[in-house]
Amino acid sequence: MSFNMVVLVKQVPDTSNIVEDAMKPDGTVNREALPAIINPEDLCALEEALKIKENAGGSITVISMGPPKAEDVLRYCLCMGADKAILLSDRRFAASDTLATSYTLTKAIEKLPSFDIIFCGRQAIDGDTAQVGPQVAEKLNINQLTYVFNIVELTKEYIVVKRDIGDGYEICKSPLPVLLTISSKANTPRPPSVKRAMAYKKLKAQKNDNALILLWDLESIGADPNRCGLKGSKTRVKKVENVVLKTFDKKEIQPTLDSISELLKELKEDHIIG
Amino acid sequence: MEKNIMVFLEYKKGKLQDVSKELLSKARSLAKKLGSKVLGLAVGYNLKNLAELGEYGADRIIYVSNKELSLYRSIPFAKTVVSAILHYRPYIVLFGATHIGRDLAPRVASCLQAGLTADCTELKIGDYKTGKILYKDQLLQIRPAWGGNIIATIVSPESNPSMATVREGVIAIDKIISGKKAEVEEFSVEFSKQDLVTEIIEQSIEERDGDLKGAKIVIGAGMGAAEDYIMNLIFQLAKLLKAEVGGSRPLIDAGFLSPHRQIGQTGVTIRPNLYIALGISGQVQHLVGIMNSKRILAINKDPEAPIFDVAHYKIVGDLKDVLPIMIKAYKDMLKKI
Repeated sequence: MSFNMVVLVKQVPDTSNIVEDAMKPDGTVNREALPAIINPEDLCALEEALKIKENAGGSITVISMGPPKAEDVLRYCLCMGADKAILLSDRRFAASDTLATSYTLTKAIEKLPSFDIIFCGRQAIDGDTAQVGPQVAEKLNINQLTYVFNIVELTKEYIVVKRDIGDGYEICKSPLPVLLTISSKANTPRPPSVKRAMAYKKLKAQKNDNALILLWDLESIGADPNRCGLKGSKTRVKKVENVVLKTFDKKEIQPTLDSISELLKELKEDHIIG
Repeated sequence: MEKNIMVFLEYKKGKLQDVSKELLSKARSLAKKLGSKVLGLAVGYNLKNLAELGEYGADRIIYVSNKELSLYRSIPFAKTVVSAILHYRPYIVLFGATHIGRDLAPRVASCLQAGLTADCTELKIGDYKTGKILYKDQLLQIRPAWGGNIIATIVSPESNPSMATVREGVIAIDKIISGKKAEVEEFSVEFSKQDLVTEIIEQSIEERDGDLKGAKIVIGAGMGAAEDYIMNLIFQLAKLLKAEVGGSRPLIDAGFLSPHRQIGQTGVTIRPNLYIALGISGQVQHLVGIMNSKRILAINKDPEAPIFDVAHYKIVGDLKDVLPIMIKAYKDMLKKI
């Protein structure tokens, strides 16, 4: 038994580390000032694929769409144990919304000889949309299982998973091929192998067909330029505002019995408490 | 053409979810602006009390009843919603940003090549101008992004329809229109064997104790309360005040409360009369979930904690000292009445 697996990954700004100089004066986020990382749940997706590769055999192709610098996250995936990587990079892909992104990724997946399972992270920490996975599944006309945190059984014909449904979980079964989105509950991703990290240190994305990180542009995947990038996107950002969360009418209360009793009395008189 | 608004009505075990009532209410005010109608799309099997949804603002309910739709599955539900959209041609389609809505809406949007904005916290109708083109009556889709650090307004002027998922609990339900009945109209969709490939073997649903979203008083615990002794004091206070207890993400991750009690961007949005933040530093992700509280009381050891920027009442102190004082003060007050 062996499986052809594809993992879709995204390079994201580390939004959990937004420091002050990362905000431009107009209130927008200065993407350059934030460290770029691989989207955390995409690592969980890769980890699930690696576990299958170890247990049942198979090959893993990692695909990312992004600027040339996104080759860093692909190199990282190779160091974790992926077999091959593809970087989709082209100016005409820039400013894609999820619709254009899923179209571009789908065109790339269709170039691969075959696939059994496509893995995505549940959602990315910059947009939090969780949309690209289901949209790729729809475009490939395959089934999707989202919010997966446990793969219970896998055969050449079908997969059984546990997935979150908000107020609990369900166990469900689907034939292959299938697209899964994996949540951080699934696993703790392994660190990259030191040996591979040394070997791949200088690895670059290349147009050469034998490269470990393939560099593909719009022509390589035969995409329609009108469905890529900003042109292919149906959503537009009208306005972006900095979050200003402040209350102006405020009081400091001393931590004493008298002051707190006074406060509770006030809250009661204002019908705020019982 | 009428600019109707379609709301996907989410049912679980035959019960309409609160987020769908919130969406009907929002759709009603948007439709008033557009001079159009609200269409509720009810997908399931043996659903009841559909006409009564008129009270929340639905003018018409489109009912798709099929045994294969008893439990949610991506492909047959997406096919159903796509068919209904192509038939009824709504101008706007809204889903709850729930596990179901966030699984379903992108698949539908992909099929229709429509724009979709996830996790909106507010929706408005307004104009959008780009270059020389003015698009009137656009759905303004307002959502936090970048981990809650910015708020973006998104439009989809060339999309038919405009689609959005909306977070649970962010929209207050307007007063119901007592006695109003919606027209109910059946709509049917055929499925092939290929559409029904997912087999649900087992579902395990946790009974949720308590209701953070609807509570009048909510106590939020943060890492400053991450000690059994302090948590006990918090539960004592909650019992006295008849408050619900929730927590920040780090506290939930540390296992002190169950995950459905998480308050904030990735948890529940609350709108109580009083929110008491205990040992919560006040990360943006948490703050966006509590800003609809009428009053906020914060207790923290650190006088510079960002939670104090949004608090109406600030108490600087150790929870181990302040909580017993507060419990005593409240008990004393009860005695006097």
